[in-house]
Amino acid sequence: MRMMITCTVNGEERTVLADTRDTLLGFLRERLGFTGTKEGCGNGNCGTCTVLMDGAAVNACLVLAQEASESEIVTIEGIADGDKLHPIQEALVAHGGTQCGFCTPGIVISAKALLDSNPDPSEAEIRHAVAGNLCRCTGYGKIVEAIAAAAAQRR
Amino acid sequence: MQDFEYHRPKSAAAAVEALCSGEARVLAGGTDLIPQLREGRRLARHLVDLKRIPELTAIVALPGGAISIGAAATLTSIAQHPSIAAHYPSIAQSARLVGSLQVQNRASLGGNICNAAPSADAVPPLICHEARATIAGRSGQREMAVGELFRGPGRTLLEADELLTAIILPPPPTRSAARYLRFTPRREMDIAIAGAGVWLSLDTRGSVAAARIVLASVGPTPMRAHAAEAALLGEQPSKALLIEAGRIAAGESQPISDTRGSADYRRELVSVLTKRALSDCCVQLKAEGAIA
Repeated sequence: MRMMITCTVNGEERTVLADTRDTLLGFLRERLGFTGTKEGCGNGNCGTCTVLMDGAAVNACLVLAQEASESEIVTIEGIADGDKLHPIQEALVAHGGTQCGFCTPGIVISAKALLDSNPDPSEAEIRHAVAGNLCRCTGYGKIVEAIAAAAAQRR
Repeated sequence: MQDFEYHRPKSAAAAVEALCSGEARVLAGGTDLIPQLREGRRLARHLVDLKRIPELTAIVALPGGAISIGAAATLTSIAQHPSIAAHYPSIAQSARLVGSLQVQNRASLGGNICNAAPSADAVPPLICHEARATIAGRSGQREMAVGELFRGPGRTLLEADELLTAIILPPPPTRSAARYLRFTPRREMDIAIAGAGVWLSLDTRGSVAAARIVLASVGPTPMRAHAAEAALLGEQPSKALLIEAGRIAAGESQPISDTRGSADYRRELVSVLTKRALSDCCVQLKAEGAIA
């Protein structure tokens, strides 16, 4: 079935025709073209599709697009300020906290959700915050360092 | 994925009505249901979304000191709730064991119960606290102990047109403590090979007045270890007694061998986790002055 869905994505209200079965992930990627959000496992295990939904980090593959109707979504495309990277993104670049880059959008969103609610996280809290984001390249050392540095810079 | 109709009712009564549409399923967090639908492991013609029903997502204090948790309340909202963290810390902590933060931000306590996984981490602490389930159906409302809801893996006593609406936590008595421990090979994002929830209540002399032990992942449903509980009654909680209770609980458990662990390994885990959880309760009770 086809139906209209209205939600706010990266600060802009969007009304788009969608399929009743669309996940939020498919809706963002295929209907709206926000392909920065990646599909990894499609089952809520890997966290590459993490987006903010009304401020909370969620796996977009585990949300129906219809459930997001009237919600506020932030994807990786909504994190930088124009050409200026977000401090979390800058820190990931500076610390080499990215390799193939596939998990990076999800990591950035999880880190943002953490720092928005906890500006001074411990290392354990940082590790817990990205535990649902699998990275198979770098290991987590540099990612954790980068998030800690971003937190220090924002304070 | 088979096509379905999506319902977003405004009240529990309207949700029950929508559940009577035939081949309807409750959509709470969706963290299990959506992959199941996509992979064709479950079929549904109607999905009834509970998350916009205030009475089903609220956590409220009841007169007399009990707390009511709406069945669709997220695990994150439970973990962060000040009264739950203060009076039912084992429940707040167990909510943080399910999946990732992303999952906890969506998944509901009612979903963790109704999926009826023997490994459900949020369930043993609820049974330890004698939580009650409020169930709404077409013909009215009924209530039963959370511990009596389960029939087998993935199966509960709920009828297809019934809705779990709330979980009621009775006020914990003074001189009582609860703890849930599980074992996973990985620190995060894993399913318990075995889990043990325990609850201890002491009398004024520091002897065990009541005990509840609930085991996860070692039977077709979350299960009580009644003999181990009985062994604790009336006794001072010495180290030897706690070890003995763990040993008895291991004997009562009914684990199977599967890819996550052998039955023997699971029994050993039950023994260790039960003893440790009891010992943690004693540390708490000592800090509160209930044990000399």
